[in-house]
Amino acid sequence: MPPVAPRSGDAIFANVERVNAELFTLTYGAIVRQLLTDLEEAEEVNKQLDQMGYNIGIRLIDEFLAKSNVSRCNDFRETTDVIAKVGFKMFLGVTASVTNWDADGTCCSIVLEDNPLVDFVELPDNCQGLYYCNILSGVIRGALDMVSMKTEVTWLRDVLRGDDVFELQVKLLKHVPEEYPYKDDE
Amino acid sequence: MVREVSESCIDSLLTEMVACYCNRFYANKPELAARRIEAIGYQVGHQLSERYTMDRPRFTDHLEAIKFICKDFWSELFKKQIDNLKTNHRGTFVLQDNKFRWLARMSIDPSTENVSPVEDITSPTAESKAAQAMSMHLYFPCGIIRGALSNLGIPCAVSADISNLPACSFVVRIKA
Repeated sequence: MPPVAPRSGDAIFANVERVNAELFTLTYGAIVRQLLTDLEEAEEVNKQLDQMGYNIGIRLIDEFLAKSNVSRCNDFRETTDVIAKVGFKMFLGVTASVTNWDADGTCCSIVLEDNPLVDFVELPDNCQGLYYCNILSGVIRGALDMVSMKTEVTWLRDVLRGDDVFELQVKLLKHVPEEYPYKDDE
Repeated sequence: MVREVSESCIDSLLTEMVACYCNRFYANKPELAARRIEAIGYQVGHQLSERYTMDRPRFTDHLEAIKFICKDFWSELFKKQIDNLKTNHRGTFVLQDNKFRWLARMSIDPSTENVSPVEDITSPTAESKAAQAMSMHLYFPCGIIRGALSNLGIPCAVSADISNLPACSFVVRIKA
């Protein structure tokens, strides 16, 4: 059987079950608000959002691989491209772009112009330390962890903090070699 | 066109929200976790019903408001209406969804019946663990309904009954 062709983000998004984005956006907002009330410190909320995202990412990667038919990426460049074009599209219905590569191809930026998480959102002055969308960076880190890439994901630009776009820096720290339980070949 | 996201987004977010409050913050205080999860739902319901009633005339009685929740409101959230509405005409309404979406992907121990989020959340027995996890997930939609109705000027208490899975009944008791 020939290998199944990878599917485009648009094609997958058109075929998955979808829900009203307002429900998602407002639910996320209500969670952030409740976390702020319970934890008080923006720094702590950032940490929890990142943890929640990480836990989501390590599960979401399975659905991503199953639905996208993406085969092994050759390098980190291809990986980030797939995240931006297929990953963001199939879950959030938006596309991101990848820019600002460093010389050795281990660090780049994912730029998001349209972000359903922040519809209706404005940050009050006392929340300046909050990375509102921190769940997203956690998701990316968690998902990449599951395909053997240890990364560090940080926000460089944030529309809620007055920037023109969202910019996430993804830095590849370590490529963990996969160990196969190749016992039955002996 | 209405903006949409993949259903996995909301599913994973809700699962993680419940896990965060039940396992990380209040592992030994389920009643506190329950209250927070309900509060998050309340907030969402309050805001959504504000949006969905913007262009409508004011509801003239409780039944009309409840019907709005069963039809328009539920359709926006779940792309289907509530399947059955019952009332005792004394302020109690039972809204039954025959296949409630947010429970459809949960594995359930069929022996655990009749769990209502208001009771049975503190009993520590092993067999009630699964039921407890499930009832934690129900606080969110209960909160949504309470928030939506309260925004329409109807203070109430909402609980859920899952003795007929995959059907789920939401019991709304309007406060006099």
